[in-house]
Amino acid sequence: MLIRHRPDLTDNDVTDRGLYLRRREFITGVTGLGLAGLGGAASAAPLAFSKGFSTTEKPTPKDDITSYNNFYEFGVDKGDPAENAGRLKTRPWTVRVDGACEAPKTFDIDALIKGNKLEERIYRLRCVEGWSMVIPWVGFPLKDLIAAVKPTSKAKFVAFETLMRPSEMTGQKWDVLQWPYREGLRIDEAVHPLTLIAVGLYGETLPNQNGAPLRLVVPWKYGFKSIKSITRISLVDRQPPTAWNLSAPREYGFYSNVNPAVDHPRWSQATERRIGEFRRRDTLAFNGYGEWVADLYRGMDLKKFY
Amino acid sequence: MKDAEKAPFPLDGGRARKKRPSKTRDNLVYAAVWLACAAPLVWLAFRAFTGDLGVNPIETLVRQLGVWGLRLLLVGLAITPAAAILRKPRLVRFQRTIGLFAFAYVSLHLLSYIGVDLYFDFGQLWKDILKRPFITLGMAAFVMLVPLAVTSTNGWVIRMGRAAWSRLHWLIYVIVPLGVAHYYLLVKADHRPPLVYAGILAVLLGWRVWRRFATR
Repeated sequence: MLIRHRPDLTDNDVTDRGLYLRRREFITGVTGLGLAGLGGAASAAPLAFSKGFSTTEKPTPKDDITSYNNFYEFGVDKGDPAENAGRLKTRPWTVRVDGACEAPKTFDIDALIKGNKLEERIYRLRCVEGWSMVIPWVGFPLKDLIAAVKPTSKAKFVAFETLMRPSEMTGQKWDVLQWPYREGLRIDEAVHPLTLIAVGLYGETLPNQNGAPLRLVVPWKYGFKSIKSITRISLVDRQPPTAWNLSAPREYGFYSNVNPAVDHPRWSQATERRIGEFRRRDTLAFNGYGEWVADLYRGMDLKKFY
Repeated sequence: MKDAEKAPFPLDGGRARKKRPSKTRDNLVYAAVWLACAAPLVWLAFRAFTGDLGVNPIETLVRQLGVWGLRLLLVGLAITPAAAILRKPRLVRFQRTIGLFAFAYVSLHLLSYIGVDLYFDFGQLWKDILKRPFITLGMAAFVMLVPLAVTSTNGWVIRMGRAAWSRLHWLIYVIVPLGVAHYYLLVKADHRPPLVYAGILAVLLGWRVWRRFATR
């Protein structure tokens, strides 16, 4: 399959020489991490990674990133996930990648962490509610995972699903959304080099409330597109249903690109409050990533495909 | 207020006259009510100054002021039924204090939204009022609350005449439902909390309708 996009590898993408020279240590390090993971402990473990494409803005403090979350599987208040997500057992954990591909496969999370080149990506995150953060994720491009299963020409969209386990995700006992949480991307969005599978935050494994053990990060879309605690990724030939769109189709579209010119029906999207700042700041088209992603939507009416 | 006027019991007579509480006790009870109304504000101010309003303090401040305004409005509406059901007619004397505190919270809620959240961006405020139904309803409720607060004094009751004053204050039955709708419309998915307020409001209004028919 031929995927056209602009040359996307920059100097930032080159593995740091120091890290390259220490690659054996790196492997030992992640193996150790895998063994630590056997205990099923939720405690954060350090990750080895290189520096990837990042904003130079100041990252939001870790305490804020890990205590102000929308993760309705653990409760609807922003403080609920930090309080309740500890219950979730993130080991053993597998991700099924299937659908329109030649080599569908079930990946073990530790094998995924070990088998992919991890990099730190400091991205802006803009929530549809009008607040934003700057988050230092650690992860690998989703395109690497998709390439591993050899997609066929029928793979036009990618559908994602969160774990369904009401005994640990107690928010799932009540249908505030249609569980399990589902999200989707068009294939060209999914294989875009900015689209990340995050397994870490601030250099350590992802805290449960942020979507452990692995989550999607699509920095030019509203935060709810970045689905957490993924167990299934399917390559499909038509646009898949998505959780917030099912809940309120007029308010949350499939695309949900950050767009200050298209308001949420009930509130303005022109400005946002960066967590930790007093004054609101202007929201940027595609959350400031237009230079890299605007081409994906050339010719589309973004008021219609919101 | 109309409720008080039509109360199916003597407002200052009956048992209350026989054992009227002492002046000191009356003042103490009144002070307790006043302090109870002011407590959430003091607590919010304390949290604000100690940096304990969470990750998004401005949102917490605006929402908490709004929620307390709505709660006090509902408490105000609960006074008349409580006075009738508990046969404590003198409870009605707290209505004004509670109503004025509700007005204070709602005013601070609006002020913090305009001054802190929007940082006095009046262009944005105007757009919000026109385009956002929940803000339109909230503003409408506030605008109606102002004359009720202004005419809350004894002097105004005399100046307007009891009947006209009661008619004006009947607006509270429009204001509080607007306040609940304002809350309901801003919620993203979990409508349970605003529905709890809507349920309480329905009971308080339903009691009045029931009483009107029952005492006819």
